[in-house]
Amino acid sequence: MPQTPMVDHPDHEAGGSTSAATPLLSVRGLKTYFKLDEGTVKAVDGVSFDLFAGRTLGIVGESGCGKSISARSILRIVDRPGKIEGGEIWLQQEGDNENAVDLLQLPHEGPELRAIRGKEIALVFQEPMASFSHYYTIGNQIMEAILLHSATSDAAARARAIELLGMVGVPNPERRVDEYPFQLSGGLRQRVMMAMALACDPRILIADEPTTALDVTTQAQVLNLLQRIQKERGLSVILITHDMGVVAEMADDVVVMYLGRAVEKGPVDEIFHDPKHPYTQALLRSIPSIMAKPRTKLATIEGSIPHPFARPSGCPFHPRCPDAIKGLCDVKEPPTHALRPDRAVSCFLYGDAS
Amino acid sequence: MTLLEVKGLKKYFPIRKGLLRKVVGHVKAVDDVSFTVKRGETLALVGESGCGKTTVSRCIMRALDPSAGEVNFTLDGQTTDLATLGGKGLKPFRRHLQMVFQDPFSSLNPRMMVGDLIGEPLLINGMSDPAERRKRVRELLDVVQLPVEYMNRFPHAFSGGQRQRIGIARALALNPSLIVADEPVSALDVSVQAQIINLLLDLQDQLGLTYLFVAHDLSVVKHVSDRVAVMYVGQLVEIASTEDLFHRPKHPYTEALLSAVPKPDPRAKAERIILQREVADAANPPPGCAFHPRCAHATDLCKQQRPALVDLGNGHQVRCHHAHVLDLKGVGATV
Repeated sequence: MPQTPMVDHPDHEAGGSTSAATPLLSVRGLKTYFKLDEGTVKAVDGVSFDLFAGRTLGIVGESGCGKSISARSILRIVDRPGKIEGGEIWLQQEGDNENAVDLLQLPHEGPELRAIRGKEIALVFQEPMASFSHYYTIGNQIMEAILLHSATSDAAARARAIELLGMVGVPNPERRVDEYPFQLSGGLRQRVMMAMALACDPRILIADEPTTALDVTTQAQVLNLLQRIQKERGLSVILITHDMGVVAEMADDVVVMYLGRAVEKGPVDEIFHDPKHPYTQALLRSIPSIMAKPRTKLATIEGSIPHPFARPSGCPFHPRCPDAIKGLCDVKEPPTHALRPDRAVSCFLYGDAS
Repeated sequence: MTLLEVKGLKKYFPIRKGLLRKVVGHVKAVDDVSFTVKRGETLALVGESGCGKTTVSRCIMRALDPSAGEVNFTLDGQTTDLATLGGKGLKPFRRHLQMVFQDPFSSLNPRMMVGDLIGEPLLINGMSDPAERRKRVRELLDVVQLPVEYMNRFPHAFSGGQRQRIGIARALALNPSLIVADEPVSALDVSVQAQIINLLLDLQDQLGLTYLFVAHDLSVVKHVSDRVAVMYVGQLVEIASTEDLFHRPKHPYTEALLSAVPKPDPRAKAERIILQREVADAANPPPGCAFHPRCAHATDLCKQQRPALVDLGNGHQVRCHHAHVLDLKGVGATV
């Protein structure tokens, strides 16, 4: 039975909001599993984070950490056999700070959920070529989203599409609107993708590796565009990336993920200048830097990311961790320890154990 | 001592149209590129997609036939122009030039065991005794820090980093003089990338290898190379020592490229130079300097006359009319 979509916002446990403000989007204990013949892949295993209005939340991690699946879980567009097995995703109602709706309680493929996708929360994908249809002009594809969510005429939707293309810096929008995705360069395609995401004036934009497929100078253009649009519209952004440089430049708050877990959370400056989790510390040391002395070796993290089927027991990072405590880290899963309301780390080195 | 000298290298790809496949133009993928690589050093070839860096490396490997120019390779004091040689003539040189590829998932035959993959170049080059071959494969696995037991496994059993090590072992099998590494770490996760960068640096010290390192990631380039060459639309725009290029760039494109790299420090003031417009089309490059439509310092001269690559001393070469007067910003002080 579908439950009533309107529920009071839950009380915040440890790791809740920074200030008195309630988060726009609050993910609690999200679990998304893939049940395969070979076993269950716990792609996202109990992840919690908050997105506050007008801010950028960066979710970083290496491949297989579950950052993209977390984003897709928010919109409930996880591909099969992936299934959301537990958790809560509270979205604050527009213009109503008191009430929030748990997206996971909405009926699958129901009208409520469809009204949220694109209208409230929009998604920008990594590979713009794979996310467009080849058979429709970009104008048609932007118009589709507008016509779906509002009762406007075709002509008005087209005018809006042209306006959006101009806003994201596509040159000659009147002409480009009738072009097909394959006629555009990678940078332009990503801009069109952004225009499409913004078509219905969403409150939240989820950008999944938006610049990974782009060259650095094009990446700089797209990141600037994203910052400008965010400022102009007061957008809240979830930025998913593996690039610590992009996070450092774009994010206000950061969640570091490793093998389906959020291992550390905090304001961007503290994550980079006072990392707590051994994984975050090691990851930061191992990034090649443009500031480094020529021909210097890097600090490395032992071993490689385990295969999802062979997930280590206890803390998933313990086999690679220099600070692992024998008999503890390899047996028990570390709890999330809140150092402050906006700062948390999942590691036995902190909290009651230390 | 110069190991490789590339002189006036050109590679044009014909554009054909119509029923008769008439040639209507050329994509000038590589247009007059010259540089040298000294024995034991690492020269990085950097640039954005489509700039021709991979085409240069393929012309050197003779996976592509250059349209013009020389590829002089010096072996035991004897210099040979590889660009003029045909299949038979090239064969004795092939073993001295080896390649490490970008994608370790598609560059290893999934039906061959690791031992056979690494042993294949040995077999082709006349090491017919299986026992001898196995011995050498063991050595090579040891060099790239992989357990010897991996010999009898198939590539699918390995992670990206381990596969890249297998690819490196394969390239090292014949004791090559030059290794062309085309984006060898860009498909890897950060934590694994660092291991492979360190391995490449170690191997160079141990075996006296020479690398031509083709990459787009300037941070990685900073860690591995002695000198850096920057390409833009088929041409070299700047070549200098790593220190000079990163801290005292002389070409506006290099400056923009450096400023665009996101710095992994939220306190670093982001002063990105945002280039206007898009990369020029190599089939129809603008007149004059190929970079002028996007350059903030462009003058009328830049629109009309193509600048030459000029040496500013200390081996710092720049292709810019105004290189001597521009005050460009490099990355901050070395830390």
